[in-house]
Amino acid sequence: MSEYVLELKNIAKRFGGVEVLHGVSFGLRPGEVHALLGENGAGKSTLIKVISGIHQPDGGEIYLNDKRVHFDDPLQARQAGIAAIYQELSLCLDLNVAENIFLGRQPTRLGGRIDWHKLYQEANRLLTSLGVHLDLRTRARNLSIAQMQSVEIARAFSLNARILIMDEPTSSLTLSEVADLFALVRRLRDEGTAIIFISHRLEELFEVADRVTVLRDGSYVDTRLVKDVSRDELVRLMVGRTISNLFPKQDVKAGEIALKVDHLTHTGIFEDISFELRRGEILGMAGLVGAGRTDVARAIFGVVPPTSGTIQVEGRQVEITSPQQAISLGLAYVPEDRQLHGLIPAMNITANITLPILKEYARRGWLQDKAERSAAFSAARQMEVRANSIWQIARTLSGGNQQKVVLAKWLSTKPRILILDEPTRGIDVGTKAAVHALMSNLAAEGIAILMISSELPEVLGMSDRILVMHEGHMTGHFSRAEATQEKIISAATQTITTGRAM
Amino acid sequence: MTVKNPSATRSNLFITLTRFREFGIILIILILAVLVGLRAPVFLTLGNFRDILLDISILVIVALAQTMVIITHGIDLSVGSSIGLVAMMVAFIIKANPHISLVLVVLLGMALGAVLGSFNGLIIAIGKVPPIIATLGTLSIYRGMVFLYSQGYWVPSYQLPDAFKMLSKGTLLGVPNIIIYAIIVAILVYYFLNYTHAGRDIYAVGSNPDAAQYVGIRKQRIIFLVYVLTGIAAGLAGVLWASRFESSQTNTALGFELQTVAASIVGGVSISGGVGTVPGVLLGALLLGMINNSVTLVRISPFWEQAAQGLLILIAVVSDILILRRIQRAKSK
Amino acid sequence: MKESTVSSTAEPQSQPVNQISMSAPKKSFLAHFQRWEWMLVLLVVLAIVINSRLTPYFLNAQNLSRTSADFMELGLMMLPMVFIIITGNIDLSVASNLGMCASFMAVLWNLHIDIWVAAGAALLLGTLAGAFNGFLIARVKLPALVATLGTYAFFRGIAYVLLGDQAGRGYPPAFTYIGQGKIPGTLIPFSVGLFVVMAVIFGLVLHRTTFGRYIFAIGNNENACIYAGVPVARIKLIIYTVSGFMAALAGLVLAARFGSTRPDIGTGLELSVITAAVLGGVDINGGIGTMPGAVLSLLLIGLVTFGMGLKNVQDQVQTIAIGSLLILSILIASIARTISAGGVRLNWRTVGLAAVFIVIFGAFFFFFFWSRAPVLKSVFG
Repeated sequence: MSEYVLELKNIAKRFGGVEVLHGVSFGLRPGEVHALLGENGAGKSTLIKVISGIHQPDGGEIYLNDKRVHFDDPLQARQAGIAAIYQELSLCLDLNVAENIFLGRQPTRLGGRIDWHKLYQEANRLLTSLGVHLDLRTRARNLSIAQMQSVEIARAFSLNARILIMDEPTSSLTLSEVADLFALVRRLRDEGTAIIFISHRLEELFEVADRVTVLRDGSYVDTRLVKDVSRDELVRLMVGRTISNLFPKQDVKAGEIALKVDHLTHTGIFEDISFELRRGEILGMAGLVGAGRTDVARAIFGVVPPTSGTIQVEGRQVEITSPQQAISLGLAYVPEDRQLHGLIPAMNITANITLPILKEYARRGWLQDKAERSAAFSAARQMEVRANSIWQIARTLSGGNQQKVVLAKWLSTKPRILILDEPTRGIDVGTKAAVHALMSNLAAEGIAILMISSELPEVLGMSDRILVMHEGHMTGHFSRAEATQEKIISAATQTITTGRAM
Repeated sequence: MTVKNPSATRSNLFITLTRFREFGIILIILILAVLVGLRAPVFLTLGNFRDILLDISILVIVALAQTMVIITHGIDLSVGSSIGLVAMMVAFIIKANPHISLVLVVLLGMALGAVLGSFNGLIIAIGKVPPIIATLGTLSIYRGMVFLYSQGYWVPSYQLPDAFKMLSKGTLLGVPNIIIYAIIVAILVYYFLNYTHAGRDIYAVGSNPDAAQYVGIRKQRIIFLVYVLTGIAAGLAGVLWASRFESSQTNTALGFELQTVAASIVGGVSISGGVGTVPGVLLGALLLGMINNSVTLVRISPFWEQAAQGLLILIAVVSDILILRRIQRAKSK
Repeated sequence: MKESTVSSTAEPQSQPVNQISMSAPKKSFLAHFQRWEWMLVLLVVLAIVINSRLTPYFLNAQNLSRTSADFMELGLMMLPMVFIIITGNIDLSVASNLGMCASFMAVLWNLHIDIWVAAGAALLLGTLAGAFNGFLIARVKLPALVATLGTYAFFRGIAYVLLGDQAGRGYPPAFTYIGQGKIPGTLIPFSVGLFVVMAVIFGLVLHRTTFGRYIFAIGNNENACIYAGVPVARIKLIIYTVSGFMAALAGLVLAARFGSTRPDIGTGLELSVITAAVLGGVDINGGIGTMPGAVLSLLLIGLVTFGMGLKNVQDQVQTIAIGSLLILSILIASIARTISAGGVRLNWRTVGLAAVFIVIFGAFFFFFFWSRAPVLKSVFG
């Protein structure tokens, strides 16, 4: 009787002739939280998709409770007790909480008639036992990401999942939501569920995981007890080298004011935001998810113009009504969600990079292929995009490389003011360091940078000054020297006179 | 652990807001009633209301089925042609067998419609042809088949037995049969969509097909099912059409599918799937019927009829969507 | 969960940085021919061969010349439709717009206004109508299907309001030339020449200009385009306005070809236009399509229709063929994709189901022909 509830032996997986998993072996014990760590492209996602039945292995075996199993589709894996929660949540947004939990299995009375009363009763019982409080009749569409996750977990739990896989569950959560999630995870673990947990935030692993397995370039590296390993060691296992400096901040003398925002307001979303941004400066914007930072950025960039307040770009007051105009004024915005707003997935790297300034590669509207291609090529090379060629379709790149393409795109517009919204979310440590180094260099070249980030170490490590927002208001302003984690958190969670406590 | 839920405190308001979705249509209906009633008071009589209901009965039957298709993020543009084809075939059969049992005729019509619908279902669910393309194709095919079948001949009214005509025109307790059929269908569909697994699965498939498949819902079967149901509805409608209008021609129900889509959209069904209610569709059909009716009553020249209809549909659709957007914005605050 | 999710799809063995290549990956010779357009070429050749075997009248230059003119209205409206569908939208109102503009011109002509002024006014009306569509879709942000469904009904209604039960007729030969005349010195109809010129223009814009690139980008990810500064709303407004203009132009050509106009002119054409575009490889979900493909499909539809006409297949039955062509083309592509992705699992259940359906459809057809026999016999003897 092995100690493992799930065991993978020598799993190999190929995609069109390229092997992405080389003989990975992995053991999961019941009642443990097991973290899966590795850079982008290391194979973590592929591995869990093999476990959850989305992919079928080309080699190796899977053992569930010592029995050899094979899953042809996710449904079979689910029926065997394996549930997976991905970043693209699988809730039916138009149905309510209770129905989502019992999707497809609504309780019935005699004759097949759905028993709604029993549905709500059961759902209530389930959520309460997990310590989650939600209005059962709320449409899933109206829930926050954290709430949606709890519904998915509740559903998995009600399906008697003995193995729960969570793929980067915390990337969109606030600090307190993360704490709630971890409490839930620990509760499940104590009930005997085995949980596979993927996250790029090493601090989280130390908080919630029991053991950690590291993958690198599709191969298994090592499995360690979390309490016996240090952060640097993990990084070394992941990357194969030590990353000396994750936050390579250079000291740059701030120049003249590039962007000045006064009393910027969008009724109902954010209010009375004022700040200055100087050339060569990195201004960090901290706050909880939903504090309104992205809305401010979108207002500055002209996507959703503000209802009142003024914006001055390089000394001149302007009314920015479209991203087109913003770009012509020297602004660039690297959006939070690169899938949704950053990339054209079905087009190749070249087309993606040149999109905002396509006119520069056209003579009177006619596309000049050669000029376009060479410009895109040098931009991609500069950003060290790892791909086969600039003809590669954006959709097939890894997260880190996609972000590099998005950055290459915006940098080629030669911006003087760069707004970065969660620039290293969902990106591995190696690329993170590279992006930070890039930011430093850009600042040194005189570009003014506004960096929105929910990762405190990043905010503290990279910013010259830090702004904090809470529920649409500015609640804190710190210089690099005086900022501490506690001060920022306190400003980010401040109670406002409306009396809404977090 | 308490997950802070802002909508918990607003759930009462929320419930009011959902009703609001239908409230928007009701408002438009009331406004129209007042405006037309002022110009032509006969509009507000029970007799006129009965006429409107008569007019929309067939529309209701088919629109309810179309709604189920739209909820799955599909569309069925072939219903008009299916109605025409079944009407023609049924007319021929009755002419050749004047004493045939009416029940048999109705069942036959529904069976024929089911076959037509299952062809759609096959190419869409299994063949993965996008619904708009598939039904655009069958729209042409079925319409062409009407002519292929009849070779241009059409059964005149006097050759159809009275019993057949009474199928739709007869009354039960003073209510015309055809209205009763529509009510029965509405009740059945309501029960189906709200109290059966298959009905709820339709919403799931329309809202998030991947999630639905993940929990074991047979997506292909559900999609196939809704097109078969639409075919059955079209078949029934075809029989009733021939009965009500006492004829069937090559252009019977030409363009009718767009009315069913309009009734659904105006009734709050979302074109991207996952959302739609039976009461909403009933109201949508009612509004369309009122528009048709009021245009005749206000004695607009017949040539203005179509334009007025089109304009009013446009207005209804625009205001419905604008109202909905306002609700969404209010909810997300 | 979806296979094509970004960060989770496997990255092919990526090469070290300084080896990212600027040249296109080498495709095998055969791979070049796996495009939809080549399938269309094949079908066109097939149609030509079959047609010429079927009847000696096919290769007759006069016949070809006359028939080709029949499709030019369709073609003119198809050109902007390709743009619209690639952006992920649709325009159901083109035929109604055509009818409205033709009726408008007829009314003006009946009022003894100079034909060219009337024609110009009609073009203006169509352009405004298209702009109205664009306004609803780009500014009010109605779903395209819903908006053009409404204008489909509304424009046709206006056609009836304008022309009522009158007809426009007696157009001067100078005008009917655009529908019936030939390019001097050749057998090529003027409308065909007009179409070819337009097709070249539209094709070049789609494939070689920034505007065309934007069209594909919008169809692929509209949000990303907004953030990248692409003037999405303006582009949508433009394509619908152009669609309106071309519908009006098609209306003029159609009226000139018929020599008369009734308010129901062009009814149902929108479906053929969309059919032609989709058959031409334009993906209804947006982002994919080529102008050569669309033109080829128009050619194919024309050839098939012409062939059927020569064999005296009734008009209405021809629509069966076109509808089947549309479905078959998508179906075959879908099947090809399934086979290359891993094939179908043949088990008893699949075979059983297939058999059941074959029986059902077989029974239907049997019933179809059997049930009409007695009536047709009594009527036609």
